[in-house]
Amino acid sequence: MKEIMLGNEAVARGAYEAGVKFVSSYPGTPSTEITETIAKYDEIACEWAPNEKVGAEAAIGASIRGARAMTCMKHVGMNVCADPLFTVSYSGVNGGLVFCVADDPGMHSSQNEQDSRNYARAAKVPMLEPSDSMECKKFTKYAFELSEKYDTPVIVRLHTRVSHSRSIVHLGDPTPITVKEYTKDPKKYVMMPANAIGKHVVVEDRTRKIINDCDDDLNVGMHKIEYRDTKLGIITAGAAYQYVRDAVPNASVLKLGMVWPLPKRTIKEFASRVDRLVIVEELDPFLETEIKAMGIKCEGKELFTLLGEYTARLIRKRLTDKPIPKSAFDVTELPLPPGRPPVLCAGCPHKGLFLALHRLGVNVMGDIGCYTLGALPPMQAVDAVICMGASVGMAHGVDKATDGEDSKNTVGVIGDSTFLHSGITNLMNAVYNQSKMTLIILDNSITGMTGHQQNPSTGYNIRLEAAPQVSLEMLCQSVGVLPEAIRVIDPVDTYEAQKVIKEELERDAVSVIIARRPCALIPTGRAVKGINVEVDYEKCMKCGACARIMCPALIMGKDKTPVIDTETCNNCGLCVNICKFDALKKGGEA
Amino acid sequence: MGNLEASIVLAGVGGQGTLIAGKLLGILALKLGLDVKVSEVHGMSQRGGSVITYVKIGEEVHSPIIEDGTADYILAFEQVESVRWASLLKDGGVMIINNQQIESLPVLMGQVEYPKNIAESMRKAASKETKIVDLDAFDIAMEIGTSKVVNIVMLGALSNYLGVDENIWKEAIEEAFAAKPKTIPGNIKAFEKGREAGA
Repeated sequence: MKEIMLGNEAVARGAYEAGVKFVSSYPGTPSTEITETIAKYDEIACEWAPNEKVGAEAAIGASIRGARAMTCMKHVGMNVCADPLFTVSYSGVNGGLVFCVADDPGMHSSQNEQDSRNYARAAKVPMLEPSDSMECKKFTKYAFELSEKYDTPVIVRLHTRVSHSRSIVHLGDPTPITVKEYTKDPKKYVMMPANAIGKHVVVEDRTRKIINDCDDDLNVGMHKIEYRDTKLGIITAGAAYQYVRDAVPNASVLKLGMVWPLPKRTIKEFASRVDRLVIVEELDPFLETEIKAMGIKCEGKELFTLLGEYTARLIRKRLTDKPIPKSAFDVTELPLPPGRPPVLCAGCPHKGLFLALHRLGVNVMGDIGCYTLGALPPMQAVDAVICMGASVGMAHGVDKATDGEDSKNTVGVIGDSTFLHSGITNLMNAVYNQSKMTLIILDNSITGMTGHQQNPSTGYNIRLEAAPQVSLEMLCQSVGVLPEAIRVIDPVDTYEAQKVIKEELERDAVSVIIARRPCALIPTGRAVKGINVEVDYEKCMKCGACARIMCPALIMGKDKTPVIDTETCNNCGLCVNICKFDALKKGGEA
Repeated sequence: MGNLEASIVLAGVGGQGTLIAGKLLGILALKLGLDVKVSEVHGMSQRGGSVITYVKIGEEVHSPIIEDGTADYILAFEQVESVRWASLLKDGGVMIINNQQIESLPVLMGQVEYPKNIAESMRKAASKETKIVDLDAFDIAMEIGTSKVVNIVMLGALSNYLGVDENIWKEAIEEAFAAKPKTIPGNIKAFEKGREAGA
């Protein structure tokens, strides 16, 4: 059976065929579809965890109990679960344990372009890197075997072009799910110094053994050597392999399947058989540094950039003198295409809140999610964005840097899912250390940016079954926020929101404002079809205030009166609240 | 089976169905017994953003990305998108433009102007060997009853140039929409109308 699959879907298929019992992840582009696909296999226990550390630790528990388990994340998620990763490397596994991480060179949807391979080396854990969907399935399935064979967690590293490309996958039969016996073994699993000291020795031996086994049998590391013309030899892995094949089809290639640890003898042998050795790898000179340390002469980053994605064109340009293909158009003769900047959706509840912050002119410590777009016009209301959960800590830091003074004009802004991911510990800290900060939780009842995943505050699990629901109000109260300092507002009511924010900025204690309204793209947030905002053209004074909110559903007509795009208008009423002349009216109201 | 080798760019605006069109081309390649890669970018390209999908079909496909001057076909689902990705088309390639205009926010706000007579400018700037086809895929789709089939109208237009039997296309459509069988007749009709309009 052959099927066309996304790389991410193929990873899920590989885990399914390997008989994985349990998968726990936090969503993050470009990794999200792995766990979403897993959820379609009914026999696998599968869940969204509130963050990557939680997901990893749940998977570790399942592995110790004897089940094959996996956790998936985007590259920055690996930072969050680095703590358990480094030590489960020592304890090893019982059931096969796989960490799947998706890097994002080019930062299509990320805040940095860190290279996850550094984690494999630092945590002393083997890492496999597939280059297309078929390999995604094969490598993931194999990762579980490898994990059990060498008693180690295994990382599968993807990146955007592998995760989000579809190619042909040959399907295999699934291995029945089995859960191994569990025997108490504190020396193996209790990582206190006395045991860990011994385990470190085991880890170093394990790495040496894997290197040796890979050199004896290339299949152990899923390595492939393709000898063609030996004037040019290339060592590469993952998606870069595909670019290399297009750019220099005659070159000899050592394609690494396992990118950590590296097969020293194999690399030396390959290097000795080619006249010129070039390392082609996106992001860090990871392979290059290691290969140079083996005393092998090679070229790498003096030819290729540390930044962004590679292309076959770039590699061709650096390694050949082939002419660049001619384009069909003289592009200098073409008009300049207007841009399509990303915007907050029509009916997005966050918008009214950000407009309120813009009017107040306060400093805003922002966070990761759709609402990062609050930094763009017309809101321009975000001062800083670093990582998941940082808004709360940064707002607290501002308070401490100014002895509480700047808490009068600074807020932290965070989404519901991000707050539960890693904002809550920061809030506890702020209360405990007597901050005066104000936090705004944008509660849109979903994890928005990654494509609508459930979280502990939405009332549903990954399979959309009803689930216990965290109350954000009670949670905030339980870490010590005063009941009267927890305010719930409707962000579309932008002037009321402004008033409440102003009041809470003045408060000499931590305040939490919950701006609550569901995302406009989920069923509970969507308006009834055909009911839209209506314009009373007799009352319209053509002031343009409604157009300045830049709602995609409100178009400025030629005569400076608004036209409502009935296809996209979500009848949220933000423009109605902005209009001072009563010229706009919500649909379906008398 | 087939000996088709093609690099196809699907360029449009979020929500126009380029992803589904890409998937359908993948199914088509599978039916022909060929290798295929379809590359998408998710994430920030939410509603209203510029969206691009690359499809490469052949005996053996390596990189999923199509580079400047190497696309055999570009299906521009929107006028301005045909300009944005024009440099990808190879000398002698085919550009199929849907005459639909979707104004982006900077245009709606009056900050920049939407370029006029795009198809005409494209023809002027194109090399002699390059073919430009324009059609009203949106109007055709609306005649069938829903703007959702614009993507299949566009594939219908493309089918004139790929040399793949019409019946294989229709089988691929049936397979792509197997989960929503009610939509199959409308999509088949969209394909036929597009094939007619893009000939």
